[in-house]
Amino acid sequence: MKILVPIKRVVDYNVKVRPLSDNSNVDLNNVKMAVNPFCEIALEEAVRLKEAGKASEVIAVSVGKSESQEQLRTALALGADRAILIETDSLLEPLAIAKVLQKLVDDEKPDLIILGKQAIDGDNNQTGQMLGALLDYPQATNASEIELEDSSVKVTREIDGGLQTLELTIPAIITTDLRLNEPRYASLPNIMKAKKKELNVIPANDMGVDINSRTELLSVELPPSREAGVMVENIDELVDKLKNEAKVIQ
Amino acid sequence: MSILVIAEHDNVSLKGSTLNTVTAANSLSGDVTVLIAGTNVDAVVSEAQSLDGVAKILKCDSETYANSIAEDLSSLILSNCDGYTHILAPATTFGKNLMPRIAAKLDSQQVSDIISVESDDTFKRPIYAGSCIATVKSNDSVKVITVRSTAFDPVNKGNSGIEVLDISDQGSSGICKFVGEELAQSDRPELTAANIIISGGRGMQSGDNFHLLDSIADKLGAAVGASRAAVDAGFVPNDYQVGQTGKIVAPDLYIAVGISGAIQHLAGMKDSKVIVAINKDEDAPIFQVSDYGLVADLFSALPELDSAL
Repeated sequence: MKILVPIKRVVDYNVKVRPLSDNSNVDLNNVKMAVNPFCEIALEEAVRLKEAGKASEVIAVSVGKSESQEQLRTALALGADRAILIETDSLLEPLAIAKVLQKLVDDEKPDLIILGKQAIDGDNNQTGQMLGALLDYPQATNASEIELEDSSVKVTREIDGGLQTLELTIPAIITTDLRLNEPRYASLPNIMKAKKKELNVIPANDMGVDINSRTELLSVELPPSREAGVMVENIDELVDKLKNEAKVIQ
Repeated sequence: MSILVIAEHDNVSLKGSTLNTVTAANSLSGDVTVLIAGTNVDAVVSEAQSLDGVAKILKCDSETYANSIAEDLSSLILSNCDGYTHILAPATTFGKNLMPRIAAKLDSQQVSDIISVESDDTFKRPIYAGSCIATVKSNDSVKVITVRSTAFDPVNKGNSGIEVLDISDQGSSGICKFVGEELAQSDRPELTAANIIISGGRGMQSGDNFHLLDSIADKLGAAVGASRAAVDAGFVPNDYQVGQTGKIVAPDLYIAVGISGAIQHLAGMKDSKVIVAINKDEDAPIFQVSDYGLVADLFSALPELDSAL
């Protein structure tokens, strides 16, 4: 069984981004970049399935700038067998990424595609579902547990109010929630070994799909700011202020 | 212009998030139609018939849609969405799961989690965990949109007898089977609908200590939430989680107990009207957004708060 894991290079989750001074976009100059945390979880799950003898090959793929090779090397150090970069200088929208991935799926024919449920930059939560629709594959989003059988996969998903379990026919698409697993760290020997693994670069323009933007980013602004309020000395003062000043409790 | 809203419901009543989504739909120009698919949905349909601003209801009563399986529901919607310029659903796990499948089939780039409607093609939405607000113009002929429910008021129910049109079952794709579900039982209000929320973080130290929040929550009629740290540590189930990757809430009063205030948590609660922080670390970032802050050990402060109420 072959597993494809799309991963995205994003701003490190600890960085607080700000708009550029002309409000045309977010300021990403000299900002620390990393693998999107949900993608790390997706990769970890694929590697675990391989280690359990249920998968034969794990392929990491990224769609983006040449620098995304760094994140693909990280993926290789974490256990992916080979990597593919679909290179483009423009920032693709989820629909374009899904179309590019659809092409790749046609070539690679993976049995399972595991993605993060959302990237922490765009916060779209769309790519996995869009890819599912384009391929007519079943999907299980927000997965917190995966049980792989020969021709099907049982997935427990996190939904509002609790958990839901679905059974999908393979080939299938899964997107990961945070609680699926705890991703490992790459060891130094594995980082060295990753340098020798295969990493193919394909220009996105060669994929023959329309990757033009459908939306225009008109502006990026800071949200209305919240001022720090007052510090209270004790619980009695707090309760008094909530009752008589803020009037939010009776 | 013609707008279709996909209703989220539990086959018994409309989810609150649907009422907020209809308000967002009403701020677009055009007639609003609400699509309700599920099993034994008569009660849901008659509730929807009272929603202000709604012109028509499309109804499909079938076992196929009992559990809102995205593969099946999207094919029903796709075969009934001709002529609509906007398709909206709440940005809950229901809408997030379903809508991108519809958008991809319509070759439309979805606009997720909108917090305001600027015009029929321009919307505001938070990006980077709410650190920035993007204004986005969609150039697709059909706009597929999910709506952040805390950013819109629920629609009024003053209407009556809105026309209902039956639409036909499209059958199941058969590639995705519902196996079962496990819903958390609680007498308290739902997190996203609560006027008051009290949340615990890593500082709670264990799941047992969450009972310190329970009786305060009961006295205030509040819902109990948690930070991702508390959920990841296994203190409480994951549907308690407030944050970028959990639930987005905006209650009148949010009480954060033993929560440091990481970006990912703030993204889920910083639009609350009044924020209270109780933390023993006076440098905790949560104090930079709280209206009232108390530096105290929560294990003494919570029992005091309980008895003061």
